[in-house]
Amino acid sequence: MKRRVHGMLKLYYGLNEEGKAADQPESLDPCDINGPHFDPEVYLNKLRRECSLGELMDQESCMVKQIRSLDSDMQTLVYENYNKFISATDTIRKMKNDFKKMEDEMDCLSANMAAITEFSACISGTLQDQHTQITKLSGVHTLLRKLQFLFELPARLNKCLELQAYAQAVSSHRRARCVLQQYSHLPSFKGIQDDCHAIMDKLAQELRQKFRDGGSSAKDLSECVELLLQLDEPAEELCDKFLSHARSRLEMDLQGLETDILEFIDRGCNEFVSSLCLVITSYQELFINHAQTGELASKNIPQMANGKLHAFVDDLAARYFSLVERRMQEEKGVGDNSLLVRALDRFHRRLQAVAKLLPGSSVPNQGTEIVIRAATERVKQYLAALQSFYMDSLTDVRQALAAPRLPELLSSLSASILNQIKSVLASVHLFTAKDITFSNKPYFKGEFCSQGVRESLVVSFIKFVCQSSRQFCESAGDKGGSTPPALLLLLSRLCLDYETSTISYILTLTDEQFLVQHHSPVTAVTTLCAEAREAAQKLLNHYVKVQGLIISQMLRKSVETRDWVNTIEPRNVRAVMKRVVEDTTSIDVQVGLLYEEGVRKAHSSDSSKRTFSVYSSSRQQARYAASYTPSAPMDTNLLSNIHKLFSERIDIFSSVEFNKVSVMTGIIKISLKTFLECVRLRTFGRYGLQQIQVDCHYLQMYLWRFVSDENLVHFLLDEIVGSTAHRCLDPAPMEQSVIEVICERG
Amino acid sequence: MEDDAPVIYGLEFQARALTAQTAETDAIRFLVGTQSLKFDNQIHIIDFDDENNIINKNVLLHQAGEIWHIGASPADKAVLTTCYNKTSDSRVVSCAAVWRMPSDWETGSHESPDDSAHNPQTLELLCHLDNSAHGNAACVLWEPMGDGKRVISLADNHALLWDLQESSTQATVSSTATLEGKGQLKFTSGKWSPHHNCSQLATANDTAIRGWDLRTMSQIYCIENAHGQLVRDLDFNPNRQYYLASCGDDCKVKFWDVRNVQEPVKTLEEHSHWVWSVRYNHSHDQLVLTASSDSRLILSNMVSISSEPFGHLVDDEELSEGEDNHQEDKGKEPLTDSVVSTYEEHEDSVYAAEWSSADPWLFASLSYDGRLVINRVPRALKYRILL
Repeated sequence: MKRRVHGMLKLYYGLNEEGKAADQPESLDPCDINGPHFDPEVYLNKLRRECSLGELMDQESCMVKQIRSLDSDMQTLVYENYNKFISATDTIRKMKNDFKKMEDEMDCLSANMAAITEFSACISGTLQDQHTQITKLSGVHTLLRKLQFLFELPARLNKCLELQAYAQAVSSHRRARCVLQQYSHLPSFKGIQDDCHAIMDKLAQELRQKFRDGGSSAKDLSECVELLLQLDEPAEELCDKFLSHARSRLEMDLQGLETDILEFIDRGCNEFVSSLCLVITSYQELFINHAQTGELASKNIPQMANGKLHAFVDDLAARYFSLVERRMQEEKGVGDNSLLVRALDRFHRRLQAVAKLLPGSSVPNQGTEIVIRAATERVKQYLAALQSFYMDSLTDVRQALAAPRLPELLSSLSASILNQIKSVLASVHLFTAKDITFSNKPYFKGEFCSQGVRESLVVSFIKFVCQSSRQFCESAGDKGGSTPPALLLLLSRLCLDYETSTISYILTLTDEQFLVQHHSPVTAVTTLCAEAREAAQKLLNHYVKVQGLIISQMLRKSVETRDWVNTIEPRNVRAVMKRVVEDTTSIDVQVGLLYEEGVRKAHSSDSSKRTFSVYSSSRQQARYAASYTPSAPMDTNLLSNIHKLFSERIDIFSSVEFNKVSVMTGIIKISLKTFLECVRLRTFGRYGLQQIQVDCHYLQMYLWRFVSDENLVHFLLDEIVGSTAHRCLDPAPMEQSVIEVICERG
Repeated sequence: MEDDAPVIYGLEFQARALTAQTAETDAIRFLVGTQSLKFDNQIHIIDFDDENNIINKNVLLHQAGEIWHIGASPADKAVLTTCYNKTSDSRVVSCAAVWRMPSDWETGSHESPDDSAHNPQTLELLCHLDNSAHGNAACVLWEPMGDGKRVISLADNHALLWDLQESSTQATVSSTATLEGKGQLKFTSGKWSPHHNCSQLATANDTAIRGWDLRTMSQIYCIENAHGQLVRDLDFNPNRQYYLASCGDDCKVKFWDVRNVQEPVKTLEEHSHWVWSVRYNHSHDQLVLTASSDSRLILSNMVSISSEPFGHLVDDEELSEGEDNHQEDKGKEPLTDSVVSTYEEHEDSVYAAEWSSADPWLFASLSYDGRLVINRVPRALKYRILL
């Protein structure tokens, strides 16, 4: 009962509990107190059956509480709704009164309107006739004027044609065209139309003629094109014609490009590029911008025209670039770089204009590439120039080789090379100057500095110097030594100087001037220094070898060509020994000019005499004396072997250090070892041995001062005399005092 | 893998001449000729007992003079040639002769080596290669692998081809070739090619190497300026007929293809003084032995220009355990030319080096102070070549 009331209330207020209840299927349980199928009997029975008394009591009190609260809710609702009903009833009553008044007024208005309609119909009925007449007359008038215009049209067009007022003619014709078209079935109009057509054809002909004429200015030209466009000439054809016309003129520009580079670029820029820009502007004006507004836009004309323009510009630009490039390649003279740089700058700058006019064109990029290519080409040329300069200076030096002037030669050589490098750097630096437009391109900021200038110019040059130095060693080695030894020495010093200071100086200079940022790996200073040092070492070794061979050759000839068995008693030191000492001294002077002294072991107070005299006489005596006893041979071997045990092995052709003493030691070692080997291949008589004794003593007197360890000279000379004694048929050595006398006298 | 220590033998005299006993293929035997102006010169027959690492020597007297060059007959073990210096009337003359060892040289030889009181036997002279008309003999070359009937002697600027008859007791010159040119030209060394039916000879004079055709006795090629300075020695690659090695005073060893003499095929610069001798191994021509007056002997492995440029396929498992992993990689990649070993047992200039004719892995070297050193190819390399 209560539930039904509740449900009706809900229905009234449109409250839809289904909002949540509809989702779940309505419970069919008769025991659900809130369900629609609630059966109080069943529920009660169920409660009674299932619950205890206490629970029943609780249930009852709970239910009473719920009933009470539901009652109070209902009362509140009823009260509220009652009030609303009251006010609604009031409002409706008021509205009823107002509507009645309005109805009266509306009736009055409709009566008035009917009267007005009546009057108006009356008036228009009276004016009808006149009005139609007037309309007709005015229609006739306009028609007549139009007709007059049409009839006059051919004459006007002719006049315009005579006066060359093409624009007016075209606009007149355009106005009449449709009408003529429409009434072309009438013979008179047909005649007019034909006339007009003939005239317009003539006009178009004339326009085309004008268009075709080379002489007309760009402005005239564009006017022509505009008119022709209005005359329904096919746009594509016009594009082609326009472009081909422009092309012929631009090609004429291209043809006249010759002479010096700056002028070349200047003219190229002023004539070709500016005309190109003009063409682009007018073309865009005509076919693209203009067409976009007009009806042509629908026909994809802009796209077509744009494509044609791009192709046209690309084609012409390619030809221009190839010309420029050919011209750039002709720029071989490395004298003045500024001209080239200015030219390139102007070239680049002008192309920027094209870039602005024609975004998306590849022209500016290609232009930049040309500039880059020209720059790298330039760097290559500078490298070649540097290399040839270096080779030329070497030739000069070779001609000027004279011993006392070596240091000056060296300094002037290295100074001139350095100057040359600096001037080349300065020239190349122009490419990156601030006021040059392309200098702020990323290429010129980064790669050009590091890869271009530093690596392929400076580093390559230094490598070239080392390389060419090494070649001197190799080519001269087998083919008899065409390089003068002094040059080897000089180059060796040059390379050494490079290693110690010049390379790092040059590279620092480069890095500073070009603010090289090393994006890519570059050759380290140390690598170059190592290379230079290696070259210096090789040159010096080769120098030692060559000089040693010259002296060796003298010694060898002197030993091989003499009959040592039948020689006379020595009275003098042989001339060749004096020559050897002289040559050694002059080599010493030569080396001393370029290399420091170097360290040597402390000399004994009387090096020239003491050491050698002890060995050459006393020990040799002992050896010869011993060899006469039966058990001798073993002893001799033993003696020399023991001696060798205590002396270090001598490497004859070994690497030398960068100082005079080491160089001289190397040369003397080679010479004396040759002497030894030659002696061993010969047989000596008594005087032969004595001559060798004298010679060796003489060498000892003079050579010790040149070497780092005088024991070395001493040891080798001792070996020579020892071997000679072995190779002697009658080993009777000379008295030491006699030897000394002979040597001192010589 | 320990390599055997070198065996050193000391001669009493200075010596330059060394050869393997070519006809002997069982025993490892070398012949050494001494140089002494004052005593009777000797030929030492050095027998090497491989198993016990012991040297046995026998001495034969060579009274004719000091020996500059020695050559063993390829056919008869007992026959050899020498070039020697003879002094007479204050004149030094170089001669060449063919000798026979006494047949019983071995019998009295097993006494202790230092028994110098024992009277050594003397060589029996078979014949002189009498060339007084042609000048001083530099060397005598046996026909390689021949029947021991033909020799070539180089004397000053002549090359003489001799026929030995009547068991080598008679020698007649069958043909001669003469080197002509400006100045005093002199052959320093030569080598009879084992290829082309033994019809070619290579000689060295000053800085040039020349090839001769023995049938016509005419020059067939000439390498001018083969070395920067004097050419000291030559050797033919035993397996590649056009390949020739040379060495000289420019401290270099060069390898030539005689079909193209403009540039050497390869150049070695390992020695620090003149190179006096260069020898290909008889069976494995990648092994090259060089002797130099820097007192060193160098064994090089010239794989790239050998007849086995890629080596044998190396079976890694055969190599020692520890090296297996490394060897695996090495075995696959082509071997590179390299110095195998430098031998520093000598104290004086080494003028001669020879491979043994019996054991291809063994070689002897002789320095001026009379020290003979017998060495072996390092075992690792040996196995690598063999396996």
